[in-house]
Amino acid sequence: MPPISQTLGEFSERFMLLAALTYTVAFIVFTLDLVKSSKRIRAVEENLAASQQAEQRVLVGADMTGGSSPRGGAARLAADTTADDSMDYSGRRKLARIAVVLTVVAALIHAAGVISRGLATNRVPWGNMYEFCTTGALVVVVVFLLALIRKDLRFLGTFVVGLTLVMLCAATIGFFTPAGNVVPALQSYWLIIHVSVAVAASALFTLTFAMSVLQLIQTSRVRKLAAGGVDRTPFMRLVPSALSLENLSYRINAFAFVMWTFTLMAGAIWAEEAWGRYWGWDVKEVWTFVIWVVFAGYLHARATRGWTGTRAAWLCIIGYLCIVFNFTIVNIYFSGLHSYA
Amino acid sequence: MTPDTPDGGKPDVALPALGLLGSLRWGWTQLTSMRTALFLLLLLAVAAVPGSLFPQRPANPAVVTQYIQDNPDTGPILDWFQLFDVYSSVWFSAIYLLLFVSLIGCVIPRALAHGRAMKSKPPRTPRKLSRMPIYGTLVLPASTQSGGSPITAASAAADAAAMLKKRGYRVDLRDTDSAQPSVGAERGFLKEVGNLVFHFSLIGVLVSVAVGGLFGYSGQKIIVEGDSFVNTLVGYDTFTPGANFTAGQLEPYSLRLDNFDVQFDRQETHYGQPLDFTANVTTKDGPDAEEEEQVLKVNSPLNIGGTGIYLVGNGYAPVVTVRDGNGDIAMQGPVVTIPQDGLFTSLIVIKAPDAAPDQLGFVGFFLPTAFVGEDGVAFSRDPDPFNPQLNLNSYYGDLGLDDGEPRSVYVLDTEDLTELNSRTSDEGGIVLGAGQTYDLPDGKGSISFDGLDRYIAVDIRHDPGQLGALVFSSLALAGLTASLFIGRRRVWVRTGTHADGRTMVEYGLLARGEDHRLTGEGAAIEKALRTQWLVDEPVEEQNERPGAPGSTTFEHASHQAGNGKES
Repeated sequence: MPPISQTLGEFSERFMLLAALTYTVAFIVFTLDLVKSSKRIRAVEENLAASQQAEQRVLVGADMTGGSSPRGGAARLAADTTADDSMDYSGRRKLARIAVVLTVVAALIHAAGVISRGLATNRVPWGNMYEFCTTGALVVVVVFLLALIRKDLRFLGTFVVGLTLVMLCAATIGFFTPAGNVVPALQSYWLIIHVSVAVAASALFTLTFAMSVLQLIQTSRVRKLAAGGVDRTPFMRLVPSALSLENLSYRINAFAFVMWTFTLMAGAIWAEEAWGRYWGWDVKEVWTFVIWVVFAGYLHARATRGWTGTRAAWLCIIGYLCIVFNFTIVNIYFSGLHSYA
Repeated sequence: MTPDTPDGGKPDVALPALGLLGSLRWGWTQLTSMRTALFLLLLLAVAAVPGSLFPQRPANPAVVTQYIQDNPDTGPILDWFQLFDVYSSVWFSAIYLLLFVSLIGCVIPRALAHGRAMKSKPPRTPRKLSRMPIYGTLVLPASTQSGGSPITAASAAADAAAMLKKRGYRVDLRDTDSAQPSVGAERGFLKEVGNLVFHFSLIGVLVSVAVGGLFGYSGQKIIVEGDSFVNTLVGYDTFTPGANFTAGQLEPYSLRLDNFDVQFDRQETHYGQPLDFTANVTTKDGPDAEEEEQVLKVNSPLNIGGTGIYLVGNGYAPVVTVRDGNGDIAMQGPVVTIPQDGLFTSLIVIKAPDAAPDQLGFVGFFLPTAFVGEDGVAFSRDPDPFNPQLNLNSYYGDLGLDDGEPRSVYVLDTEDLTELNSRTSDEGGIVLGAGQTYDLPDGKGSISFDGLDRYIAVDIRHDPGQLGALVFSSLALAGLTASLFIGRRRVWVRTGTHADGRTMVEYGLLARGEDHRLTGEGAAIEKALRTQWLVDEPVEEQNERPGAPGSTTFEHASHQAGNGKES
């Protein structure tokens, strides 16, 4: 077995630290952007309201009935309170641009950290929880940045970069493992296939989790506004409507579900090779199965009357919580065949 | 569902009497409904959880026994609820069997309906195409020509049909003689096929698992270096047959462990972590077959005689000689020890029932690299045998092996035995380095530590359902992919002639199920038509009906059409 390069390993750790610092700055800028945009929208709206009032006065003065102006109040409210469904935004958001650039820089440093870890250990960098977490966080960010090319998902920035930071901190503080070889049970090409797809699927579920949380906030916010309430979360104006969030997260979830199915199958094939049975209800297998069933339920819910929308979003959130539970509590507190880290 | 309320009062709503058949039909409809399937799915997820919270008999029978002993109050109650056998419990089985019945009840009618749909022509052209979620119109000026002849309503419809056919639609040209010829087209039948394949494959996986449980078998065997295993019932340490197992299924192959190499990590950060386990074995397919040298490793099982042989454990087997009070050899050979930690601090039990006048028993630890701590207790510092040592207590008396009751070779029941010496006694415990001999007190005999072997633990398994499970789950994955990513779409194009001679074309698109690419398909179809007829860019923008973005409308549309059920 080729020797482990401790020097490269240490470099990797420094890269991770630097990446985390850069993410922190990006997180702050993303948050500032949300705050600032909210303020600006509010200001624009006040101006608009003032000018509308003036306009109405003019209309009344000219003795013309303003019959058509209050029309479609609810529809306009929905349009005004959320971003466009196509997720195109009018107006420049300088801070958001800076935040994206910072995230790209952070991701590059992060990638350097992941790659140097792989080079240091002469294997794929996902052989223990520390590596799973750091590599998974990188996949989350890369998927997010790639999605930005197609759609303006910058409203997710605070959440995605925030989650990435949490993952990096958990990896470095909670799961830290120095660069090293893996035990014989993990020396298999299935480590490359099974775990990489699991990481990627988890990363996608992380994105849809953020979207589903926003979807719930948006739903209750719009309901309150429609009932004449006060907008307590004006930053949600940058977020698309609950329906477009639901549709987009469904598309991502469908893809991630296929990947999760593959993870389950590849895991079973590997289990047969390593442990002599393809399914044995090991704790990790149980929870992978539970997650699969929850997301299968989610897909069915989307095709069941009365279960779309909020309920589907809750299922997506529960599914993600199961993933987090599977990775943290199950790995740390439950003894099973998957206890490697 | 009886029309009368129990207290004799009149029901608010007069319910029709269903009768037995009606009730059954009602129950069946409920069971096969999407809502029930969803409920059962979520219930299955919840029901699977306890199996990860409590130890399970199939995986760890000893841990379950210990758990019940440690929790005498709650243990038996949990056991009554089958919480130590969750995945074979009545309630878990009930849930997944109901789920599968519901699935079959849902999938079979759907398969039949889809079979009919695949044979039938695309559905008739709706009267109001403008009601379709995607709708657009084209106007061809009277002067428009295609291939030298003017475009009429009939030729435009034929052109549209040809174009749709090229795009992979099944096409039906209709009403060609009338003033308003139209095209009905449909594609994406593989979406539903994929969906059905996925669900049928799940049944296949379940059947494969059942086949494995009925006709398979598994067993464990510990093999010390130099020893052999023969695949017969007596050859196994433990054996778990399937319900329909017969001893004739076992092919009498044999396997000898020539030597077992272990390599530990010597790097600072992971010092002592195992790096490599390699078992060099010699196998024979049958009593008269040729010998064959093979390598057995973790993640690289052997396949002989329809069974898989998996390396699942290893440890040390110190070679020990026990002489009794008469000076005769009462026991000689390697003794399998049970590793307790990563440093291979191993539990050892030695029984010498042949010793005379008293039977002898020893219990203690084997330490690969012994080291004495400040408190005088020896422990192992390394998994490799740099300073192998046995630390034993000895007993004499009745080992209890002669009453016919089965007893574990790894446990010494000291209740009926008398202690000869131990770490706490005056003489102190037995501490044996390699090659040393210890004389027991009172002339009871001696024990010597002659050498050190390693052993491997292998799982041997025959699972006839395994291939089926792989095939069906692969089919399920393919079906799932098709059902989620193929778009099932219907397109209608209707043409007509305006009073002023212009040819009018309208088209509408409808998707079944979720399809976010429908808008794009509508645009592509319009573009193809414009290119074909060389019509300028839209005078009238393609209409997406206001407030109804693609996917949601179809979803509603399919619900309204009674297709909302996708099991």
